[in-house]
Amino acid sequence: MSQHEIALRVNGERRTGRVPARLTLVDFLRDELRLTGTHVGCEHGVCGACSVLFDGKPARSCLLFAVQADGAEIVTVEGLAPGTEELSVLQDSFWELHALQCGYCTPGMLIAAHALLLENSAPTEHDIREAIGSNLCRCTGYKQIVDAIALAAERLRGANLRQERRDGQ
Amino acid sequence: MKAVDFDYERPRSVAALCGRLAEAGADAKILAGGQTLVPLMAMRLARPSLLLDINAIAELQGIAFTAGAVAIRACTRQAAALADETVRLHLPLLEKALRFVGHVQTRNRGTIGGSLANADPAAEIAIVALTLDAAMTARSASGERTIAAADFFHAPMETALAPEECLTEVRFPVWSEEGRIGAGFQEVSVRQSDFALSAAAAQIALGHDGTCRRIALCVGGASATPQRMKAAEERLLGTRLEARDLADAAALVHDAVNPLEDHHASRRYRRRVAAALVERAVAEAVAA
Amino acid sequence: MANEVPAFRYIGRKRRPAEDRRFLAGSGRFVADLALPGTLHVALAASPYPAARIVRIEADAARALPGVRAVVTGAEIAAATDPLMSGLDLPKMLRYPLAVGQARYVGEWVLAVVAETRAIAEDAVELVDIEYEPLPYVVDPEAALGPGAPLVHAELGTNQLLRRQFVWGPVEADFAAAPRHIAYRARWHRSATVPIETFGVLARWEPGARLLEIWASIQDQLARALRLPGNAVRTHFDVDVGGSYGGKRGLKHAVLAGYLARRLNAPVRLIEDRLENLRGGDAHGPDRIFDVSMAFDETGLVRAMRMRALDDVGAYAGRAPFQLGKPIGAIVGPYHINSVAYEPISVATNKTPEEAVRGFGQSPTNFAIETGMDLIACDLGLDRIELRRRNLIPREAFPYLIPSGSTYDSGDYHAVLDKALAAADYPGLVRRRDAARAAGMLAGIGISCCLEPSGGNSSFEPLLNPKRDATTWMEGCQIKVDLSGAVIAAMGTSSSGQGHETLASTIIGEVLERDPDTIRVVHADSLSALPSNSPVGSRMAIMLGTAAADAAKKLKAKLLAIASHDLRLPLDGLAYRGGDISVASDPGRHLTWDQLVDIAHSKFHRLPPGTEPGLQALAVAQVPTGGMLPTADGRVQMYPCYAFEAHVVYAELDRVSGQTRLKRYVCGHDCGVMINPDIVHGMTYGGIAHGIGAALYERFAYDGNGQLISGSFMDYLLPSAHEVPDITIVDHCTPSPITSFGQKGSGEAGYLGAPAAIASAVNDALSPLGLHIATLPMTPDVIGELLAEAEERKR
Repeated sequence: MSQHEIALRVNGERRTGRVPARLTLVDFLRDELRLTGTHVGCEHGVCGACSVLFDGKPARSCLLFAVQADGAEIVTVEGLAPGTEELSVLQDSFWELHALQCGYCTPGMLIAAHALLLENSAPTEHDIREAIGSNLCRCTGYKQIVDAIALAAERLRGANLRQERRDGQ
Repeated sequence: MKAVDFDYERPRSVAALCGRLAEAGADAKILAGGQTLVPLMAMRLARPSLLLDINAIAELQGIAFTAGAVAIRACTRQAAALADETVRLHLPLLEKALRFVGHVQTRNRGTIGGSLANADPAAEIAIVALTLDAAMTARSASGERTIAAADFFHAPMETALAPEECLTEVRFPVWSEEGRIGAGFQEVSVRQSDFALSAAAAQIALGHDGTCRRIALCVGGASATPQRMKAAEERLLGTRLEARDLADAAALVHDAVNPLEDHHASRRYRRRVAAALVERAVAEAVAA
Repeated sequence: MANEVPAFRYIGRKRRPAEDRRFLAGSGRFVADLALPGTLHVALAASPYPAARIVRIEADAARALPGVRAVVTGAEIAAATDPLMSGLDLPKMLRYPLAVGQARYVGEWVLAVVAETRAIAEDAVELVDIEYEPLPYVVDPEAALGPGAPLVHAELGTNQLLRRQFVWGPVEADFAAAPRHIAYRARWHRSATVPIETFGVLARWEPGARLLEIWASIQDQLARALRLPGNAVRTHFDVDVGGSYGGKRGLKHAVLAGYLARRLNAPVRLIEDRLENLRGGDAHGPDRIFDVSMAFDETGLVRAMRMRALDDVGAYAGRAPFQLGKPIGAIVGPYHINSVAYEPISVATNKTPEEAVRGFGQSPTNFAIETGMDLIACDLGLDRIELRRRNLIPREAFPYLIPSGSTYDSGDYHAVLDKALAAADYPGLVRRRDAARAAGMLAGIGISCCLEPSGGNSSFEPLLNPKRDATTWMEGCQIKVDLSGAVIAAMGTSSSGQGHETLASTIIGEVLERDPDTIRVVHADSLSALPSNSPVGSRMAIMLGTAAADAAKKLKAKLLAIASHDLRLPLDGLAYRGGDISVASDPGRHLTWDQLVDIAHSKFHRLPPGTEPGLQALAVAQVPTGGMLPTADGRVQMYPCYAFEAHVVYAELDRVSGQTRLKRYVCGHDCGVMINPDIVHGMTYGGIAHGIGAALYERFAYDGNGQLISGSFMDYLLPSAHEVPDITIVDHCTPSPITSFGQKGSGEAGYLGAPAAIASAVNDALSPLGLHIATLPMTPDVIGELLAEAEERKR
């Protein structure tokens, strides 16, 4: 039916599109912008594989229509690293502790963890499980993920680094 | 799971919204947080031909304490309400209940009004609204009206709102009794943060002598809509809320509820759990 | 060989898995990430009935929708492709990607629409008018076996797809002689390992090359079903797969997409949405009823066991019935039971078909055995741990031959159990439990001891289907060193998170003494790959490990031969170190890795006569201890290696809501030598999480109308980080004597023992009330009802 022009910022870059109203944000990111790091797991808002930062807050991109993102700031997993061929402290901590296996839930986990560390530099195990409580993983049993997030928090504190907000967030 | 096609508009004011609702009729749906509506659309169970996105309507955002009540504009995010100082100070019951609403991520988008308008029988915010005798404001092209919480929830997923109406605000009265005011919210779900199989809210005012001066009890998930437990309230009013009192009240709850039966839980299960949760909620309120 | 961990240079040491990096950057390449120009999308129409004749399909309106390219029915597919084969000998059970003439389960794919976008395809599905004539159906497996039950496949004349009776050892005599017996039923309701990525396939037909390209994680049969020569299909195994745990066989998906790609001469993409996946993806898991009796003496020694295992495979049988056969290789669990009678029965019902699930039937079987052990302990008033100690095979007994013909290679079960109990501070847990009980709570400790057979010698196939006399279970690996000195290895199957690339590079690095991080492991495609039997049965550490090691050894031998010739010394005068080879008595005379590589690639005049130029080697390994058909009385060696787990769990239950909270979880684990500990631990944690799901939350529930109630993630509940507690793994190592480095497989760890351990904990918690439950999942309402009934009986 209706097509809409949208303009938004994704990982710091201005992007535009012409989208049908019913195109979800996750499908727009993946199919139109070719940012395929964000994954589709259920399309009904339960698994969290599609998590992105929407105006600075983690949200399910399968439950947002692309038209709703007009004027919004989006951060995806591709926007977490400080540069190409680099990894953020969080990503590196995931690697150090093998906090992933098949990699499918990982982008959503990273977004959820990134959002947590933006607000809380010393999260408890409970805080961490709360933050990733709606990101389902079938491979890891969550333990190495929880440990990796705690390690990242410790590294950021130890280096007196505040986790970099992406794109002016 | 792609939604059926639809038209999309983003009105900038409540007046504009109501105008469109009046024109479009029952085929239009309001899009607030989308955490409930969009999954239904993905499954093609909801098929609106027009979506009216209210997330840009500034007058639908905000929390204020006026005239002895906390007024929350309908499109206020659940996360914002949970973090709000006014809510923490004046509506401890809502703050406790909000911790059970969905997850961190869904609360970033989900709204207070959206949850109320959706009217899931176990919705936590609806339970709080009924416990505190909240008042809902509904606006349409033909005017505005106030609906008491007791009249608001009709059936599972059905409220008193007409298709052309938009919920704009919910006012939660703040108790001003002397003495201590305590709130308790208890819930049972299969996994943490799942929709509740059963939930109970309790707010009490304890006098300086330790007796219960005022009490409100409400159960969700045990009937077609959230239900105040009047008989149990009466039993506890004026008592010191001791074990014997709580047990009697629980028995009254057990008999008062009329639970749904589905594949997640039987009628008997919901009855037992509702009764136990009311006891625990009162105990929590006393300890608070 | 108690806990002798051999010292290795790279094996067993911490190493960041090479695969992880691309996933962290968001640059994995999953099927849905691939974009070919002109790709068309598929949506499916599914049967709303558990059984129905397809009377009429009216698709004109769908075909007319702009953007729709084709509407395809089962009739068309059946005419153009060959049926998908079952593992059993059931030629009359015809199975195609779409229902042909009759739908046999709710959710069965009846029709496919192909369109320019997925959304349009779904719109078109809604425009198709399908007239069904509902037929009688059956969803209860025991009813399906009964007389007069509706037949799922009329042509078969029965719903019973398989029934065998095995007797290994003097079962009658042992039962007669034993002073005590118990009999019980254990029920494992239908669940599956449900990955977060659904099944997807992208297919493209190249008319110029007459080649069908497939991107998906599937194996074999595809070319045959599409009536193409085997070398006319190229399956790309370098596609990343978002979890499989056995279930992503995807044959019907690939046949359908492959057929459509050829017919429409355009790339075709079939990505299941979650509803299609849960209802019609044909990847349901075990749905078992065990009726067990055990014969034991007053000291708790179990002499004999009778087990009847009924498995409800749903409307079609692929490989699923074999999941009744694999547990034969560990039918006595870790215990020295003298004789066993085993009756596996596979039955069809009008439900979604099962597919392979992690463990291939071992976890439900372990649950059935462990339920019995706890019941025996209760019967005798004996401590559950002490009972197990008395029955566990002692370490001096290895290698240990079990009644059904398999030999367990090595183990020290008592040591692992002790380690687990120590790590859990078992006496402390008991105090904690007793204190909780004193405070009015329901609290329990659960124990399970079980085996993880590994290596994938699938001799259950000829055992259950004598027409399938297959004894080759192989894996290949090829390695080359290019002229820059870089090492590249190729494996011949896809991975779904098990870290195979790191596994292979670590082993190759170990043999060649080269840093594994410098070794690149790629996934060959089906045309260029050496044979592979895919990552099933916890086999890759053993099989890919052996093939990689063997190929690397050949390379190393060639390097030494080159050096021997060039330095004019016999082999025993040479020292190989890190890829450089020197004269042992005069290290100043040496050839570096780069020099050797250069000689091999470009200095033919310096090569030993008869040597092939270049540096490459391949090896195809047959499964150790394999290669034999079963005996007439049904004995055969199944998997070669046996890992072991001991779980200790502490749980508290809410007296009213029946919710179970796991407060402490310890797993003692012995899988021999671990190639990469982080990878092994990760899969074990994940396996335990799968087990928690099966034990407490997950169920594909059907109502009386044959409708699948739990057909979305709102109702099929996967455990989150709230439901899976922190887990402690305690390692032990009894190396396998039959593998290259002492490694045993481990991909199924955790899942094999967790449901049994959690059931044990719940029953310990319920025992003061005299209650017992032997049905999974133990959801809150199930436990709550049990508690309510008990309370009412008391009144």
